[in-house]
Amino acid sequence: MTDVGTGSAGGAEPIHSQSSKLDTIEPGQQPNARRDPEAPFGNNLLREIMSGGAVLTVLAIVLALVVAAVLIAATDSGVQAAAGYFFARPSDLFVAVWNAVSGAYVSLFQGSIWNFQRTGFLVQIAPLMSTLTFATPLIAAGLGVALAFRVGMFNIGGRGQLIIGAAVAGWIAWSFPMPPVIAFLVATIGGLVGGALWGAIAGVLKATTGAHEVIVTIMLNYVAFYLVAYGLRTQGLLQAHGSNSPVSPGDLPNATYPKLSDLITALGGPATSYTVNIGFLLSIVATVAVWYLFSRSSTGFRFRAVGENPRAARTAGINVKWVYTLAMIFSGALVGLAGADQVLGTTTTGFNSGVDAGIGFSAITVALLGRSRPWGVFFSGLLFGALQAGGYTMQALQQIPIDIVDVIQSVVVLFIAAPPLVRAVFRLPKPGSTRRVRRTPAAVAEGNVK
Amino acid sequence: MKLELRGITKRFGALTANDHIDLTVEPGEIHCLLGENGAGKSTLMNVLYGLYQADEGEILLDDDVQHFSGPGDAMNAGIGMVHQHFMLIPVFTVAENVMLGHEPTRLGGRLDLAAARAKVREISERFGFDVDPDAVVEELPVGVQQRVEIIKALSRDAKVLVFDEPTAVLTPQETDELMAIMRQLRDTGVAIVFITHKLREVREVADRITVIRLGKVVGEAQPTASNAELASMMVGRAVDLSIHKDPPKIGAEAFVVHDLTVIDAADQVVVSHVGFTVHAGEVLAIAGVQGNGQTELVEAILGVQNRVEGSIRLDGRELLGRSVGGVLDAGVGFVPEDRTDDGLVAEFTIAENLMLDRSTGAPFVRGGTLQLTELERFAEEKIAEFDIRAQGVTTHVGRLSGGNQQKVVLARELSRELRLLVVSQPTRGLDVGSIEFVHTRIVQTRDSGIPVVVVSTELDEVVTLADRIAVMYRGSIVGIVPGDTSREVLGLMMAGEKPAEVAA
Repeated sequence: MTDVGTGSAGGAEPIHSQSSKLDTIEPGQQPNARRDPEAPFGNNLLREIMSGGAVLTVLAIVLALVVAAVLIAATDSGVQAAAGYFFARPSDLFVAVWNAVSGAYVSLFQGSIWNFQRTGFLVQIAPLMSTLTFATPLIAAGLGVALAFRVGMFNIGGRGQLIIGAAVAGWIAWSFPMPPVIAFLVATIGGLVGGALWGAIAGVLKATTGAHEVIVTIMLNYVAFYLVAYGLRTQGLLQAHGSNSPVSPGDLPNATYPKLSDLITALGGPATSYTVNIGFLLSIVATVAVWYLFSRSSTGFRFRAVGENPRAARTAGINVKWVYTLAMIFSGALVGLAGADQVLGTTTTGFNSGVDAGIGFSAITVALLGRSRPWGVFFSGLLFGALQAGGYTMQALQQIPIDIVDVIQSVVVLFIAAPPLVRAVFRLPKPGSTRRVRRTPAAVAEGNVK
Repeated sequence: MKLELRGITKRFGALTANDHIDLTVEPGEIHCLLGENGAGKSTLMNVLYGLYQADEGEILLDDDVQHFSGPGDAMNAGIGMVHQHFMLIPVFTVAENVMLGHEPTRLGGRLDLAAARAKVREISERFGFDVDPDAVVEELPVGVQQRVEIIKALSRDAKVLVFDEPTAVLTPQETDELMAIMRQLRDTGVAIVFITHKLREVREVADRITVIRLGKVVGEAQPTASNAELASMMVGRAVDLSIHKDPPKIGAEAFVVHDLTVIDAADQVVVSHVGFTVHAGEVLAIAGVQGNGQTELVEAILGVQNRVEGSIRLDGRELLGRSVGGVLDAGVGFVPEDRTDDGLVAEFTIAENLMLDRSTGAPFVRGGTLQLTELERFAEEKIAEFDIRAQGVTTHVGRLSGGNQQKVVLARELSRELRLLVVSQPTRGLDVGSIEFVHTRIVQTRDSGIPVVVVSTELDEVVTLADRIAVMYRGSIVGIVPGDTSREVLGLMMAGEKPAEVAA
C-alpha cells in the first residue's frame, strides 16, 4: 500500500481528489442540478453545526460570557455612575466594572453549583441540586430535538409536544389511583405517548405529503397550546373540579416524582431542600437510550444514514418515509418526557397553560449547544440548568436583570451556530486546512487523504 | 498568438498540483494536454485563465509576461475558454449569451442587440456553424450549445482557445464535428489547447501532445503513438487497455424488461416502451448520450420512479411495484451513477457504508443491535479484497478518492447474494488503474453466471464490456446489437438513426 512506485492508483488519487475539490470553485462547474428532492432544508447548516468540535463549543461559551460581562457592566448602576466622572478618576470605572462582573459571575456560581457562604456540605451543595432540577426537562426535551436533528429534521414543535405530554401525564396522575412507583411510571409513559403522538403528526405528514416539518410543528404548537388552554377552562376536561381558574387538579401523591430530600429523610438523614427528583434519573436513562440508539442499534444506523444522505439511504433500500415518521415519534416521546417531568416533578399541584415554561424552545438551544450528541445534550442541559438556577441568585444578590441570563444563553447559541465567526475570533484554522496540515507524504502515498 | 507557460507551480497546502510545468502552444496548432483525472490539467488551465495565481512561474503571450488577476484579464489578453459544463444562461438567446459580460450599448445604456446578432451571424458564417442568433439556448442540442460557447470566445477576439474536456457531453458524431471545427480554427491561426483523457481523440486531432502526470510534465508524445503508449505515459506504467474477457457462457433468460414506460415528475415520457432481455452470464450494455432516459430506466428497475408501466421480471418474479428494499432483497446489486449522492454516505466510515443496504438482520444486526465486531472483520476483509486504499475501516468515505469510493460501492454490492448486477456509469471520473479494476470485477461477476446490465455513456467502456449493446435515444431503444458492432454504427444509433444493417 505504501509503494509509491508501482501503486500508481495510490499515488495519483490524492491529487485527483484534490482537484475534484477545487473543481467546486471552477467556473466550468454547474451547480448540481439534481439536488435531493427530499433533503430537508437547512441540512447543510445542521451538518455544519453538528460537525464543530468540542473546542469550538467551549470557546463559544467563553465568548458568550465575555459578551455578557460587557452587558452586565453596561447595565450596572455603579458602573454607570463611575463612567459619569471617568476623566476625573478613571480607576473608579475599572473598579466598578470589575466589581459588577466578578460579583455577577461569583453569584452565578454560588447559585448554581456551590454556596460557599453557608456551612455544612449538604447546604453548600444545594445550588447544584437546584441546577439538576432545572436541567432535568431541558435534557429530555433537548434529546428529543437533537434526535430529530440527527435524522435531518428541525423539530420546532417541542412546545406542543411538551404541552400534550404534560396534559396526558397530568390527566393520568390525578385520575387514576395507583400504588407507589407504578403510579408515576404509568403517568410518565402517558407523557411519552402524548408527546410521541403529537410528534408523529408532523412525521406522518412529512412522509405522506412532503409537508415541511418546520411549518407543521410550529403550527401544532399553537394547536396544542390552545387545545390544552381550552381543556383547562372546561369542567370535565382538564380543569380542576369546582375551580374557576384555568388550572388542572393536583397530582395524586403516588404519582408525583419522589424528591431527593424525601429520600434522604426516609433514610433517616437530615432535612434538606433538594428538589431534584427521580425525573433526573429518567433523563440519564433517556440519554443512555439515545446513545445506544445512535451508536449501537440498527434503527439508529438507518436514522443517521437518512440524516446524512437521504438519497443514498433510499438507494440502499431504507424506507426513508418510515424513518422520518419513526424519528418524529421518538423525538416527540422524549419531549413528552420533559412534559411529564414538568407535571410530575415541578408543578405537581396543578398546572396551567404555561406548563411549557419555555422549555420546548430552549430545547432547540440545548440540542444545538450539545451538537445533537446525547452526552453533549446532557451537559449542555446541565449548563442551561445552571444558568437558570444561578440567574435567580444573580438577580437577588447583584440586582442583575434576569434577562441578562437569557442573553447569555442566546449568545452562546449564536456563537455555536456560527463556527466560522468563533474561528475568526480565536484565529483557529478552518477544518479543511487542519486536514491539509496532516497531509503527510506517507498519507498521500497511501492514497487516503483528501 | 503564441502562448508560453514557464515553470508554472501551484500548491495547495502541502500538495503540489502543478510542479514547474512548461508548455508552449504555437499559433495554428492544436496542442493536446493529456492526463488522468486529477493530474493537474484543470488547475493549470485555471492558472492560465486567471482563476488561480501561480506560486511560481510565468505566463507569456507573444513573449510578453502577463499578469492575470481574474478571467476578465485573461479574456482581454485574448484567451478564451470553452468549459466542460457550459457557462450559458439557458433562457437567454444565443445573441444575449454571446454579448453577456461585455454588452454593446447604445445611447442611454440601451442594449444593442442588433450588434450582438450581427456578430453572432458573422462568426457563425465564417466557420459554417449554422447558429441562429435568436434561438433560445436551452432549446438547442448540446453540440450547438457548445458552438455558442466557441462563438462567445471568438467574439472577444480570442487568439488562444482552451477546450476543457469538451467531448464528454457529445455524441460521437458531434465529437467529429467539433474536431472539424477545431481544425478549422487552427487553420485560421488560433492556438488551441485541447484538454482530454480520451486517447482516441488525441490521436485524431492533435498536432502535439504533452502528457501530464501527478502535476508534472512527463513528456511529449507524437500523434502517431499508439493508445497503449499514450496510456502508459499517462499512468506511468504499462497498461493493458483491453481487459481479458473470455467469450460469454450464456445461460437461461434471467432478467426481462418488457414494454417499460416511465413518466417523470414533469409529465414527460422519459422512457418509452423499452424492452430487453439479459441472460445469465451475459453483459448487456446500455449505451447512449447522457440524458436519453438511461438514468430513469435504471431508477425504474430499482423502484425509485413512481410512474412506471410495463414489467420488469427477474428470474420470473415481478420487480415492478416493489420498494427499493424489496428489489435489493430480490438479489439486485446496484451501483448508482452518482456514487457520492446515491451510493455512499460521505460522513459514514467505510465499514458503515459497507453495511448501508444490509441494516436489517444477519450478519450485521442481531436483535436490533449492530454487530460491530462482525462488521469490522467484514470491512477489513473487503478492504483487502478490493484493494481499497485507506488508513482503516473507520476512515470516512468522503475522504477517499473517487476510485476508492467506487471500490467501496462495488465491494458492498458484490458481497451480497446476487441474481442481477446493475452498474451505472461504472468508471465515471476514475483513474485508469481503478477503471481496470472495476472492469475486471464486472467481467468476473458475469463469468460467475450473474446477468449484468452496464449503463455507460463512454463508448470505449461499452465496447470493452458488452456482450450485447442496447442503444438508447430519447427514451427508446434504437436497437440491440452484438458487442462487436463498429463504433460508426453505434455512433449513428446514439444519434437516433437506425443503420440498415441493424436488424429490428
